[in-house]
Amino acid sequence: MTTGVLTAGLRDTAAMTRRNLYHYLRVPALITLALAQGVLFVVMFTYVFGGAIPTPGVSYVDYLMPGILVLAVAFGSPNTGVGLAEDLTTGMLDRFRSLPMARPALLAGRTLADAVRNLLVVLLMIGVGYLIGFRFHAGPLAALAAIALAVAVGYVLSWFAALIGLATGDAETAGTASLLPIIPLAFTSSAFVPPETMPGPLQAWAGINPVTHIVDAIRALILGGPTAMPVLQATAWLVALAALFIPLAIWRYHHTSS
Amino acid sequence: MTGEPAIVAEGLHKRFGAVHALDDVSLTVPAGTILGLLGPNGAGKTTLVKILTTLLHPDAGWARVAGFDAVAQAGQVRSAVGLAGQQAAVDPLLTGRENLDLIATLHHLGGRETRRRVGGLLERFELTDAADRRASTYSGGMRRRLDLAASLIGQPRVVVLDEPTAGLDPASRHALWASVQSLVDHGTTVLLTTQYLEEADRLAHDIAVIDHGQVVAHGTPDQLKARVGGHRIEVQLGNPAEATNAVRALEDIAGTGPPDIDPHTGGLVVPITGGAAPSAAVIRALDTAGIDIADLEVRRPTLDDVFLTLTGTATGVDQPDPVAASGGSS
Repeated sequence: MTTGVLTAGLRDTAAMTRRNLYHYLRVPALITLALAQGVLFVVMFTYVFGGAIPTPGVSYVDYLMPGILVLAVAFGSPNTGVGLAEDLTTGMLDRFRSLPMARPALLAGRTLADAVRNLLVVLLMIGVGYLIGFRFHAGPLAALAAIALAVAVGYVLSWFAALIGLATGDAETAGTASLLPIIPLAFTSSAFVPPETMPGPLQAWAGINPVTHIVDAIRALILGGPTAMPVLQATAWLVALAALFIPLAIWRYHHTSS
Repeated sequence: MTGEPAIVAEGLHKRFGAVHALDDVSLTVPAGTILGLLGPNGAGKTTLVKILTTLLHPDAGWARVAGFDAVAQAGQVRSAVGLAGQQAAVDPLLTGRENLDLIATLHHLGGRETRRRVGGLLERFELTDAADRRASTYSGGMRRRLDLAASLIGQPRVVVLDEPTAGLDPASRHALWASVQSLVDHGTTVLLTTQYLEEADRLAHDIAVIDHGQVVAHGTPDQLKARVGGHRIEVQLGNPAEATNAVRALEDIAGTGPPDIDPHTGGLVVPITGGAAPSAAVIRALDTAGIDIADLEVRRPTLDDVFLTLTGTATGVDQPDPVAASGGSS
């Protein structure tokens, strides 16, 4: 790849990111609803489950925060697919594909804009968490890494949602379909309850569930203790999923026309 | 590029499952001319448009657009071709100017060139006053104009318009026709698909009639009209219930067989040979049979007649077009 192509690709991606950020500015509900959902997660899960689930040695809000950060960015990810399905049905996608622009730019711009939204959601959730007793226990660097990991999960899931959005070609179907795998994956992980409290087979599954590895890594970065191994495992999962979904979504984009 | 046609398609095939959307389509569009691609819904027009604009690959055959192969040199084709698809593909949440700026950036124009072209196109399509309003506030005609402006940002040598006036009111339609005409006056080549015969008749130097994925006729509007013969006498009866009696009364009046009943107007169409119009004979025959005439008109064949003759189906039946259905008398 020559530097000229690379520069053009970055510029196209920047233009597409800007387009989608404009959407968030023009329809503030898109972002305020995502923020409100994040706040609801923090408050609801903490007070509803907080008394019922024993998390020895750790306050439940500290135990919970990694899981609901992941859940919040995961619940936001279908938006990526919904937006692309809308571009498809309104003919925008055909217009973009008929331009001499870098091919991955539409998807890259869309997923980056959604990552910006996810970053805002994560920061607000942590802010609200602080009001009700949440604390980072492992220092500022680990805190930054925890935030980066949560945003990275949302980014990878955005590519999955992009693939679903392009494959279904319908905004409503895309929204439902890309959320479908998230709920069982999130609730059979270590996100909300310690896997040790689960029945045997479920406990075994929770051990291999990628959400468990990702949540455990964020949790280690928040609570302290050994972080290298969990972070390495989580990163490996994210890289593997990205290596699967990003090429698939781009391939699908190449072959999609209204 | 002098001498080379702007668009050449040779033996294009495209299947979607069991549907043969294109079945051996070949056509040529000389540079600086307008080809009207005419056909009913589902004829294959949009499939052809998508192949020529690199959105689809053909199963067989090839196409060259602006001198580049539509598959092997897709990048160059995209730089040289402007597409305005069936829907006005504008982002409703962006302003008119932001829409054009975005497309200009994706064409890799510099800042100054972007401002120059965007300003010029907004002016040309009478969108300057609305430029800083969101496109969601635009009328259908304004969206179409913005869409066309977007397709021209890259100063394309070839412009492909897929049913550009679908859903427009007559005034917007005429304005769009003028824009298309001015494109060609400036040397651009245009391929436009339409279901509206008047549109093709009005704009196109050449017309290709496409049906069931095949080009069933190709020529100038006059050549196509010549294929379906001479003039017609169209008679509107005072009492449409008498149509059957009238058909009998006029059975062999012009030596060309019984008259047809026009599906749009309910009137009788009597094909006649030669230029002379034996309208007096028609009036006499109907008078003798005691049938009232509300209106009688001698007209040249329209593309409607061409289409009926070539494909056996009337156009615009499912989407009556106020302009084309008014009879297109000339």
